[in-house]
Amino acid sequence: MAKNDLQGALDLLILKTLAQLESMHGYGIMAHIRRVTDELLIVEEGSLYPALHRMEQNGWVRANWAITEYGRKAKWYALTRAGRQQLANREKNWAQVVQGVDAMLRFA
Amino acid sequence: MGLFRRIISLGRRSRLEREAEAELREHMAMCIDDNIAQGMSRAEAERDARRRFGNPRVMRERVSAEDAALGLESLWHDLRSALRVFIKSPGFAFVVVATLALGIGANTAIFEILDAVRLQTLPVANPNQLAELRIIGGIHGFGITDSAFSNFTIPMWQAIKDHHEPFSGIFAWRTSPVRVGSPDQSRNVYGLEVSGDFFNTLGVVPFQGRLIEPQDLTSCEISRVVASYSFWKSQMGGQPITPATTIMAEGKAVQVLGVTPPSFLGLVVGDRFDLAYPTCTPPNPRREVFTYSVMGRLKDGWTLQRASQYFEAFSPGLFDETAPDGYPAQTIKAYKAFRLGANTAGAGVSTLRDQYNASLEILLAITGLVLLIACANLANLLLARASVKRREVAIRMSLGASRGRLLRQILLESALLAATGAFLGAALAQPLSRTLVSSLDTTDNTIHLTITPDWRVLIFAGAVGIATCLLFGTLPALRSSGAEPLTALKSGARGVVGNRERFSVQRAMVITQIAVSMVLLAGALLFVRSYRNLLTLNAGMRESGVLSGGFYFPSERIKPENLGVFKNQIVDEVRAIPGIDNAAAATNTPLSGSTWGHGVDVGNLDGQSRFTYVSPSFFGTLDIPLLSGRNFTDRDTNDSPLVVIVNQSFVRRYIGTASPIGIRVHVRSEPQYPERTYEIVGVVPDTKYSDLREEPQVQSFVPIAQLPVTAQGPGTGMLIASRDPAAAEQAVRQVMQARHPGMQIQFADFQRGILDHLVGDRMMARLAGFFGLLAALLVVVGLHGVLSYFLSQRRSEIGIRIALGASRGRVVASMLGNACVMLAAGLAIGAVLTVFASRGAGTLLFGLKPWDPPTLLAAAALLAVVTVVASLIPSLRAAHVNPIDSLRAE
Repeated sequence: MAKNDLQGALDLLILKTLAQLESMHGYGIMAHIRRVTDELLIVEEGSLYPALHRMEQNGWVRANWAITEYGRKAKWYALTRAGRQQLANREKNWAQVVQGVDAMLRFA
Repeated sequence: MGLFRRIISLGRRSRLEREAEAELREHMAMCIDDNIAQGMSRAEAERDARRRFGNPRVMRERVSAEDAALGLESLWHDLRSALRVFIKSPGFAFVVVATLALGIGANTAIFEILDAVRLQTLPVANPNQLAELRIIGGIHGFGITDSAFSNFTIPMWQAIKDHHEPFSGIFAWRTSPVRVGSPDQSRNVYGLEVSGDFFNTLGVVPFQGRLIEPQDLTSCEISRVVASYSFWKSQMGGQPITPATTIMAEGKAVQVLGVTPPSFLGLVVGDRFDLAYPTCTPPNPRREVFTYSVMGRLKDGWTLQRASQYFEAFSPGLFDETAPDGYPAQTIKAYKAFRLGANTAGAGVSTLRDQYNASLEILLAITGLVLLIACANLANLLLARASVKRREVAIRMSLGASRGRLLRQILLESALLAATGAFLGAALAQPLSRTLVSSLDTTDNTIHLTITPDWRVLIFAGAVGIATCLLFGTLPALRSSGAEPLTALKSGARGVVGNRERFSVQRAMVITQIAVSMVLLAGALLFVRSYRNLLTLNAGMRESGVLSGGFYFPSERIKPENLGVFKNQIVDEVRAIPGIDNAAAATNTPLSGSTWGHGVDVGNLDGQSRFTYVSPSFFGTLDIPLLSGRNFTDRDTNDSPLVVIVNQSFVRRYIGTASPIGIRVHVRSEPQYPERTYEIVGVVPDTKYSDLREEPQVQSFVPIAQLPVTAQGPGTGMLIASRDPAAAEQAVRQVMQARHPGMQIQFADFQRGILDHLVGDRMMARLAGFFGLLAALLVVVGLHGVLSYFLSQRRSEIGIRIALGASRGRVVASMLGNACVMLAAGLAIGAVLTVFASRGAGTLLFGLKPWDPPTLLAAAALLAVVTVVASLIPSLRAAHVNPIDSLRAE
């Protein structure tokens, strides 16, 4: 079981987003998560950017500056090979966590 | 990978921060754009974005904080704070770094030289297959030996060069000077005489042209040569070799065949050659003159042992066939009993190895001890520092610093010191070893060693230093970080008694330092005194203001029977030159290292004596008094009765207490020296003969005009005494050029020649002295450090004592007493160690026993003075502790 599961959940969301969109900027990642989860999960800027920075330092994502579809300059993030590996691990972990918590709740 | 990028990104801190700011700004802008698109007014949109986003500065801080969590920012921070610590206490940092650098540098330097002299193999193909043939057990003074590497006569070489079953190739070589340049401006260069298969067998590939091959062995006049790379570069301008390339050698133009590669310097370690030329076979080679060294390359499947067996079996035939004539039967029998053996030669041959091996090993031991002291010193300084920092550590821990973080900072400090020291040591090693080698150069002999950086020893020495730093820098920190902060804070710098346990570690370090320093100082004194003994030794003759020269006059074409008289005549001509006190001819220059002897019978005693053939002025020139009897005169020639003057050792050995005058000395025959009987006409005191270190030799002197006609040659050694040797040299050259054109004259300073034999002793005296002083200096530093620490621990205790009426004298006495206990323990251990250690130096010392009480006492006294001086300053500071200040500090 992975430690830091709450933080792990945020990482998982970001990594998954990047896996789905190939590459995206921070604002786009936020918007994507909100849209896909029907506003059930809202990632705040204050958590998103530190997390992105940490992932970049760890070499899970790489970033470069490019122009957005609306003509603004933004830092675009994409998964690296290590990032994909990380994502696979996290997905497996998350499945276990959900299973575990579920089992706990169903116990009568 | 990730770590690497993080470390790189450390350097781009500010850029990263700007980038994060830009990214957040764009985010905000996108947010506003979206809001406007959803129908908000601009002001509304901006307000909403800011509300959601919060304070941009806080946001940026949070991004940066991620780095701190990753432990990055703080690494940089710790490094900077470590540097700041050293800048604040430069003395401490300097001592640590300098100690380490010297310890590591000196060790590496000495090891590199040892390696170059002893372990490095020749730069030829498969050096391990090379074997040198030598007569087992040496030749016991038989015949005449050219150089230290001359093991074969020319007839022996001719007999063996076609019978070498174990070798795929065999060759002979010797070193012999070659005269180059036009006749009026010629000079000697290092020559290498080689047989045809020399380069083939060694597998040396030409750098240019071709090398000497078997077909080049034609006449005995040098007609073709091969240049060494350095000679070709420096003396021939490095021009490409063509068939037309020639050089002036031995008075005529000879063809230069090619150039050897830069790495090949010949077979003698520490030597080089300029020109190689082919051997030749003279019509009647002398059978008692040992000339060549012979080496071969072992065939596959042959070991040294099997080859030795082969040559041993081959020996009887060889020595029967080549035995010289003119010796007594007994001597010939000894010659025929010689046996050849094969010896490993992959590392070349070397006199340096025999000469300096023991010295270098002792130096390596000395530098090893210096490194040990350096490490003990480091440990001490770091321990003391760590204790001082204990309180700081406690405060920082109680403020919430993590244990790991604190440890890392202390580790970083130690590592920084160690790395700087090791780096400087590595940089020092090469210049040090070069200086050391050049200190062994003499007037006419420069040592050429290829000193290569040796990473193994550098890494070893560096690792020792770094390990010491890390161990002693962090262990105390580890312990104090484990301690309850409150306890540390309470005791802190104000404890009544310091931590007994840790302090005893420091005491042990100081005692070790004193003991090892004692060994080094005693060693230094031994070597310095030994060198002084040699310098001040009375050789029994005049040494200063004497020129030793060689006069050669083949062009005068004088008949052998008249040569003796001619030599006396030249002496008289030289003596008549104004400014010259005296001059003498002699067949052997004293204290030059070369020897000459004959077998003698006196009464019923037989044995050996050194023989020197001299002009009548010899004893006067060298200020050797005649003890009894008469001096030689010009009338002592081969036509008059044969006379000899002997020294006191001769009298003691062969005559005893009877009067020696008139006693007959029978000289046994050998080639060119027929059997003869001389009558003793005088006695001189013992003088040193070939070397300052030797015991008095049994010596005989015969008039040079009585040298057997068969042994007379067109040349003689000369000794010229004058107050101004330089002017005398000029004058002699002028007069001789005028009267005997074509005479070749070489001069050297007699005294400098003697001193040149002492370079090894000089090196030992200087280096041992240097390291001894360094050791003493390190003791001062170490002791001062420990006592200062001790004082800081006991400051308040001393304050209370003074407040309660203890006199300052007693405070000083108690501090000094502490130092004296350590001193006594250190000296006792040191004395025992010295007695054991100095045994190894016995053979290198002159006029001293390794176990020399005055030397030990002097070393102990010196250390005692050093200790007291080093402890005086902290002790006096203790006496001036102001009780009010130290108590108020609580």
